Amino acid sequence: MSKKPEEFEDVPEYDDIPGTWVFDAQRARKGYHLNAFFYSLMKAENRAEFLADEPKYLEKFPITDAQRDAVLKRDWNALLELGGVSYAIVKLAFTDKKSYQHMASKMAGVTESDYVKMMLAGGRSPDGWRSKSERKA
Amino acid sequence: MAKIIAGIGTSHTPALGAAVDNGKTAEPYWVPLFKGYEPSKKWMAETAPDVAIVVYNDHVNAFDFKIIPTFALGCGAEFPIADEGWGARPVPVVKGYPELAAHMVQSLVLDEFDLTIVNEMQVDHGLTVPLSLLYGQPTAWPVRVIPLAVNVVQYPAPTGNRCYQLGKAIKKAVESWHEDLRVVIFGTGGMSHQIQGPRAGLINTPFDKAFLDGLTRDPERLARIPPLEYLRDAGAEAIELVMWLIMRGALGDDAREIYRFYHVPASSTGVGHIILEAA
Repeated sequence: MSKKPEEFEDVPEYDDIPGTWVFDAQRARKGYHLNAFFYSLMKAENRAEFLADEPKYLEKFPITDAQRDAVLKRDWNALLELGGVSYAIVKLAFTDKKSYQHMASKMAGVTESDYVKMMLAGGRSPDGWRSKSERKA
Repeated sequence: MAKIIAGIGTSHTPALGAAVDNGKTAEPYWVPLFKGYEPSKKWMAETAPDVAIVVYNDHVNAFDFKIIPTFALGCGAEFPIADEGWGARPVPVVKGYPELAAHMVQSLVLDEFDLTIVNEMQVDHGLTVPLSLLYGQPTAWPVRVIPLAVNVVQYPAPTGNRCYQLGKAIKKAVESWHEDLRVVIFGTGGMSHQIQGPRAGLINTPFDKAFLDGLTRDPERLARIPPLEYLRDAGAEAIELVMWLIMRGALGDDAREIYRFYHVPASSTGVGHIILEAA
């Protein structure tokens, strides 16, 4: 007898972690060309070409409209959701002469100085952040 | 014969490398961190191993997404420094040990660890920051390096147990090599950190300290930590800690802790460091 759709275990358990997009094989598949764009920013000449005309440079990569908009707007969380991986996305921050910390603060939705303060005070406690149900409680 | 004499666990936070490269190690933010590595630099200078196996992860630098090897052993004679997006770190080229690496590949594959052989690759901060922390800023690295790159970028990383078992096979491989070589193994990355999404900045100090304790007291327990527990309790990027278990596995059953350091933060990371001597 074949399984009913609800009997398949294809919703991963880690989807329950709040504020986190785990870069798994399905997300990697969707983000393949987006990550190829980030990877291209490892070369100084590509960084210069991108900054000179961002939309034109992005035409080289078969990415979706939503992915392109997220790049142009530096919508860091959207880039994660649409299949970017933070280690690759950060090359865009570096291209903007920004740091990892800058990107992380934007993702966390706080100013960079508040983010630095939080880290100096010991970082974000996992309490209340382990699961979506715990987050709401 | 060659022998693995010690293991070094350390974070490889890129900001630590940037602090070294830009002469910022005396700034108040960085002083406690670099002070924590002073005894280790002294230990390393006195120990002066011939070879360092550095277990690290590439951060989308040597490997784009065309090919994602789970375990990749660097078998080349040298490894250039990657430009990760802000220019290559001004550190010496990393010299390999092709003869020993070739032997390790044969031993490991026959031991059923089917790793990827990489003859040419660039190395990034995951490998060079630990060298900077332990060796400072020499004009040439005083050790030959065999890089072992582990995929922890695309989920799932290899399990902690798989890494621990690989470490044991590495010990066997090294100790069946004819030259008298003193070898150290680095397990790098971690500790707790998350550098993505609204939960960025997560740190779990109790988790990190228990992990450091477990390296000597109960590595078998650490090897059973499921991937979800790393992600949930210690941050999405804490999964890098599985690489420390390769290091631990390579030391044999008994390992003695000779130094430990822990500090929050370096950028977004709980920085952990430990030196373990093999029995």
